[in-house]
Amino acid sequence: MPQHQPGTDPFVPALAVRGLGLQIGGAQILHDVTLEVAPGEMIGVIGPNGAGKTTLFNLVSGVLRPTAGTVRLAGRDVTGDPVARRARAGLGRTFQTSSVFPRLDVLENVRLAAQTHLGRSLSVLAFPHRGDAATRRAVEHLAEVGLAHRLDVAAGDLSHGDKRKLEIAVLLATDPSVILLDEPMAGVSSSDVPGLSEVIRRLHRSGRTVLMVEHHMDVVLGLVDRVAVMHHGELLAYDTPEAVMADPTVQSAYLGDVA
Amino acid sequence: MSTIVLLLITGLGLGALYFLVASGLSLIYGLMGVLNFAHGSFLTLGAFAGWEVARRLGADSWGIFGLALVVGAAVGAAFAALTELLLVRRLYERHIEQVLVTVGLALATVALFEGTWGSDPEFIEGPAWLRSTTDVAGAPIPNDRFLAIGAAVLVLVGIVLFLRYTRFGLIIRAGVENRAMVTALGIDVRKAFTLVFAVGGAAAGLGGVLASQYFGYVSPHLGAHLLIFAFIVTVIGGLGSLTGAAVAAVLVAVLQQFANYYWGVGDLVVVLLLALVLLVRPSGLLGRSA
Repeated sequence: MPQHQPGTDPFVPALAVRGLGLQIGGAQILHDVTLEVAPGEMIGVIGPNGAGKTTLFNLVSGVLRPTAGTVRLAGRDVTGDPVARRARAGLGRTFQTSSVFPRLDVLENVRLAAQTHLGRSLSVLAFPHRGDAATRRAVEHLAEVGLAHRLDVAAGDLSHGDKRKLEIAVLLATDPSVILLDEPMAGVSSSDVPGLSEVIRRLHRSGRTVLMVEHHMDVVLGLVDRVAVMHHGELLAYDTPEAVMADPTVQSAYLGDVA
Repeated sequence: MSTIVLLLITGLGLGALYFLVASGLSLIYGLMGVLNFAHGSFLTLGAFAGWEVARRLGADSWGIFGLALVVGAAVGAAFAALTELLLVRRLYERHIEQVLVTVGLALATVALFEGTWGSDPEFIEGPAWLRSTTDVAGAPIPNDRFLAIGAAVLVLVGIVLFLRYTRFGLIIRAGVENRAMVTALGIDVRKAFTLVFAVGGAAAGLGGVLASQYFGYVSPHLGAHLLIFAFIVTVIGGLGSLTGAAVAAVLVAVLQQFANYYWGVGDLVVVLLLALVLLVRPSGLLGRSA
């Protein structure tokens, strides 16, 4: 696991969150969260419902604005940037609810994202074909998530697990440097979990920086480099899975009253 | 028997005209949620443009008639694209204002057409073949019907291929499903909006030149007359469904022809069909259920 010492380390964290807080009305939803993610690192964000996991994602991706603290992407302060600008800066995100075009086929879903990212062709009548850049890239990403054999299937006909894989392929087509996965296993049947875990593991192995909110503790602990434990809107612990599991504070505050 | 064949093919010809208007209405509504009441004016202007070409260059040559079709389509496309760029673009998601501005444009342009070309119908000419008939199973079918049917089929196939196989087609289909998500992917859908207006305007302009052959005249009210039935066709077929519009156009027009011939109640039957479809399948024959 890469170590990072501010000021001395030559590389800049892919994502750095400092003193992040969100107050709505009188309620402190998130309080003073500070964490850094090194390039290529995979982080699991866990915690009971209402701990602030999705709020943290919303603040990082720009859906919500923090009332305190900063968000930096590769050293650049994006705290004031809207979602679209953060997306262009390389931040990609999936949502808890499925977000594919059900009537388009699998390849078309990814090609739409790929052709956008590759820049638009000037010709209105440009006919994409199997060999063009956007299609090639789309097929590559579909192979990466294990859907290369289902290119012509309507996205709406896929299983929940395969829809999740398709979403990841769509996300990859936008070439993000930091990927936020919001409960990728939600609604996925238990038989699909190992396959999907493998896809996420491959994302990590290919060198991408990944943050993942997930309830399936066993899945998270087996995949990630470090775990961020959220509790009542605060970051309780941020360490390797082994260290987090052994942490008495974590055990009493979270693991103890769940497991 | 020959009467039935005549009514059937004439109905198909009328259905072709309905489809040329309804295809654009349906695409525009499907992608942008805009009910475009000015669509009839795209048709009327296309018809007058075609008529001017024929009047100035000679009406009876096929080459000139082909040119009239192209000019009609081009004028319809340009008028529609300008309408989107200058008026509708400012009003997305503001449905009442859209209706007001497109109805206003329809009224204003009809008045403008009357001022320019007069309010009386201008009788038109064309290649001699279009004025004569062909026997099908003993029924003398006016040849312009075949032309309208052929053109509508080509437009249907062309739009389907465009939507299915081009980059913009993919953006448009995705936009019809979920416009917000297309925007979230970082795609500027406004270009697709202008394009869809232009495509719909081209089909309507082409329909205008063909409709003036079908009816034998061109008048400032040609578009408004067809627009009413095209709207009914669009609703029956399912708003946003191109295939639905094609099926409904044939259904409505053929039914209308038969009801007119046997009982003289074509328009009534169409309205009853609309009521029936709205009761039984409110989202239309091929529309998505809400």
